[in-house]
Amino acid sequence: MRHLLTTKGLDSDTAITLLDVAEDMADVADREIRKLPTLRGKTVVNLFFEDSTRTRISFEAAAKRLSADVINFSAKGSSVSKGESLKDTAQTLAAIGADGVVIRHPASGAPQVLADSGWIDAGIINAGDGTHEHPTQALLDAFTIRRRLHGKASRGKDLDGVTVTIVGDILHSRVARSNVWLLAGLGADVTLVAPPTLVPADTSGWPARVEFDLDAAVDTQPDVVMMLRIQAERMHGSFFPNSREYSRRWGLDDARFARLGTDSIVMHPGPMNRGLEISSMAADSQQSTVREQVANGVSVRMAALYLLLSGDREGTK
Amino acid sequence: MTTAQRPPTPSLPTRDLPTHTVPTNYLIGGAALPDGTRADILLADGRIDEIGTGISAAGATRIDADGLVALPGLVDLHTHLREPGYEQSETVLTGSQAAARGGFTSVFAMANTSPVQDTAGVVEQVLALGEAAGYVTVQPIGAVTVGLKGQSLAELGAMAASRARVRVFSDDGFCVSDPLLMRRALEYVKAFGGVVAQHAQEPRLTEGAQMNEGALSGELGLAGWPAVAEESIIARDVLLAEHVGSRLHICHVSTAGSVDVIRWAKARGIDVTAEVTPHHLLLTEDLIAGYDARYKVNPPLRRREDTEALRAGLADGTIDIVATDHAPHPVEAKDCEWDAAANGMVGLESALSVVHASVVANGLLDWADVARVLSQTPARIGRIEGQGHSLAAGAPAELTLYDPAVNRVFGTDDLSGKGVNSPYLGVTLPGRVVSTFHRGYPTVLNGQLQDASLIADAGRESPRG
Amino acid sequence: MARTVLAQADIDRALTRISHEILESNRGPDDLVILGIPTRGVVLAQRIAASIRRIEPNGAAVAVGSLDVTMYRDDLSRTTTRTPSPTHVPGSIDGRTVVLVDDVLYSGRTIRAALDALGDHGRPKIVRLAVLVDRGHRELPIRADFVGKNLPSAATERINVHLAETDGDEFVSIETMSTDGGVGA
Repeated sequence: MRHLLTTKGLDSDTAITLLDVAEDMADVADREIRKLPTLRGKTVVNLFFEDSTRTRISFEAAAKRLSADVINFSAKGSSVSKGESLKDTAQTLAAIGADGVVIRHPASGAPQVLADSGWIDAGIINAGDGTHEHPTQALLDAFTIRRRLHGKASRGKDLDGVTVTIVGDILHSRVARSNVWLLAGLGADVTLVAPPTLVPADTSGWPARVEFDLDAAVDTQPDVVMMLRIQAERMHGSFFPNSREYSRRWGLDDARFARLGTDSIVMHPGPMNRGLEISSMAADSQQSTVREQVANGVSVRMAALYLLLSGDREGTK
Repeated sequence: MTTAQRPPTPSLPTRDLPTHTVPTNYLIGGAALPDGTRADILLADGRIDEIGTGISAAGATRIDADGLVALPGLVDLHTHLREPGYEQSETVLTGSQAAARGGFTSVFAMANTSPVQDTAGVVEQVLALGEAAGYVTVQPIGAVTVGLKGQSLAELGAMAASRARVRVFSDDGFCVSDPLLMRRALEYVKAFGGVVAQHAQEPRLTEGAQMNEGALSGELGLAGWPAVAEESIIARDVLLAEHVGSRLHICHVSTAGSVDVIRWAKARGIDVTAEVTPHHLLLTEDLIAGYDARYKVNPPLRRREDTEALRAGLADGTIDIVATDHAPHPVEAKDCEWDAAANGMVGLESALSVVHASVVANGLLDWADVARVLSQTPARIGRIEGQGHSLAAGAPAELTLYDPAVNRVFGTDDLSGKGVNSPYLGVTLPGRVVSTFHRGYPTVLNGQLQDASLIADAGRESPRG
Repeated sequence: MARTVLAQADIDRALTRISHEILESNRGPDDLVILGIPTRGVVLAQRIAASIRRIEPNGAAVAVGSLDVTMYRDDLSRTTTRTPSPTHVPGSIDGRTVVLVDDVLYSGRTIRAALDALGDHGRPKIVRLAVLVDRGHRELPIRADFVGKNLPSAATERINVHLAETDGDEFVSIETMSTDGGVGA
């Protein structure tokens, strides 16, 4: 694997390999010494053009557990102008000798541009680009679902026949996009539920059904319900009247949560708006995987870093 | 990402040639005219002196045009020359050179300069820069509103009455979205035979827009530019034009729905004309999948169905002309992430080849149609003198010799402007502009752009059309 | 052409002998942890543990597991990316005797990596090494305590180890590679 930019086009064998490696990485967390020498001497740069403490510390923990040297570069708010900054920053990182770059950027496609640019010859991991993709989030979600369903016997398994309902702002969600491609690619049956204003113009090519009625979706008793964060700025863009109405129609409130099957898994990529898209009862329940998702994020990112940065990089071009 | 280098700037004259060595008489032998007949063409004193077979002229420089198509000099109704204000992107001189290289003898310079071409002073400055360069007739376009702000009318009459004789008014880059202001502009320019060239883009529907809205924009996570944002403005404006009895021109039509609306308007007798760019005839949105900002343009590249509809509309006359929307940018404006990149592509040098590839090669247009859509009709819409005449004795010596038989991989060597933001670099395109004659003197000869100082001298000495 | 050097019966005998030697060296099965190095070392470790349990009255005390060394290799940047295998360390190894088991001992680099991996799991009292075949060509100061067969070989030769559990059939063979071919094990 040269870069990890999207889950679209990630074949299921590669995805399962990555999830299996993540299982090995998760085992390391249970040991006395929770560190591997694997990436000793490698430099990983966390290049964040957008604030995301959670994602950054997750990648930082992952890289450090693999003994890589980690440099955190927060480009947000610095004086570099847009456009030039990506190229100039990339060339700076190349001069420093970065082996891997974990990039978070507000512009869709920025990681792809970095990977294709020739400005830097490092492995690129997309840590969220605009409203495009967030592949490691989807991989940790898939990992979490697989562990909940199969426990220690997860290795080698896909998600064949698992029903997943993703609820919320699909239009602006990179998490939704990455999950649609990945989960469907692993055999899951994906349904998207959102206000019509928050669904992309044409999803006919997506391996997912689109529905507007959360109650109907809940009544199908899906195996997984994934709630997406609703951004404050959407409330001012006439995407829906107000947060009260959004919550009433598309929030996982106590009543809807109670109607889910007791085996249903409730997921949220965080940070949550409690009382808006998800009730505290749902978020704090046994069925909620919110905290597992965070822990699993480190394992999955270790796996991604390992698969990108070990091996003969010259030969993988 | 393109890593293309800037083309070398034209070398300064190394020889101290007296200007009178520039020959003024040329005998072009055996060219194919747009109607397919073969003829010799004698250029003398800035005019086509004679056209026919077996012409001989002592003292004229003979140019063998066997196998070449002779077209009336091309006229671009939509060019961004960037000067004054953005000289790092293009100047009137370099843009004129790009135009000559592409077979153009006249370009209409869009108003979004800095300062904006919204006063007589600025348009006269651009006119003078064009005259000094001498490669093409540079006809300034005037802004519709002060500073392109869409709030109050610019001094349209003063620009019309200026030495630049402005007849085309446009806020291109911005839509005149205020319906009342648009109505007033359409009415007002009737006083001097002007036309408003509308950049049809409903601003609220395209806030933050990055590419055509559709399946691909949803997948790539790029904010959509819906076709309806163009079509609704065109629909409104043709009805306004009908109501006030004015002439309206629509810039860079990009959607199948727009073609339908214009076809309806023309059938209704509304005085509307429309242009399509070469890139909207050839390229489609799927090129954007790799986020290469060379493909970022406004209006955006659309679907295959739109391309087909635009070609059909051009062939049946619904769309009147092809105009380049030549939009040079410095390298750094494209060498970045998609959202941060500037809109626009250079198009002058590649226009004729792209039209050839998209509508001539498949038989939708013949060379007479090309002469119509790239020379005669744009000159008529723009009310410009000395341009867009059929090749006939007595007509101004504005013509282009084009070799339709060759195929070449388009590269930065083919670009003569400052911008290298061409979507065609590395693409095999048909045909090649061999020579361009403006006011009787060659600006491009055998594929070579002629020296800037010689052209400036020739321009000074030639009679103005 | 491949030449068989150990047949199934030879392998059985070698493993039985190694089991006896381990017990003798450890003075019984107490605190013994047999850790195989994936893939075939794990199979061999399980067979050795089973053999010990047959031989010794209290042989059930012996623990068996697997120790993957992929993440500890010193050649990660030089080869294509390897997919790791699971590690299963049965309980604590602190103060116990760990016997590492691999199929072929060659450069010694795998064992070096295994020692590093082991150190991250705890602090054994003693670490021993058992291999089915020792083919020589060591690049590190490492030697096996228990060897099924010493098989002096040329670097151009390949040692093939097939075990029923992983390969369906069972033998050890030696094969001369063409000069441009790969070198195994």
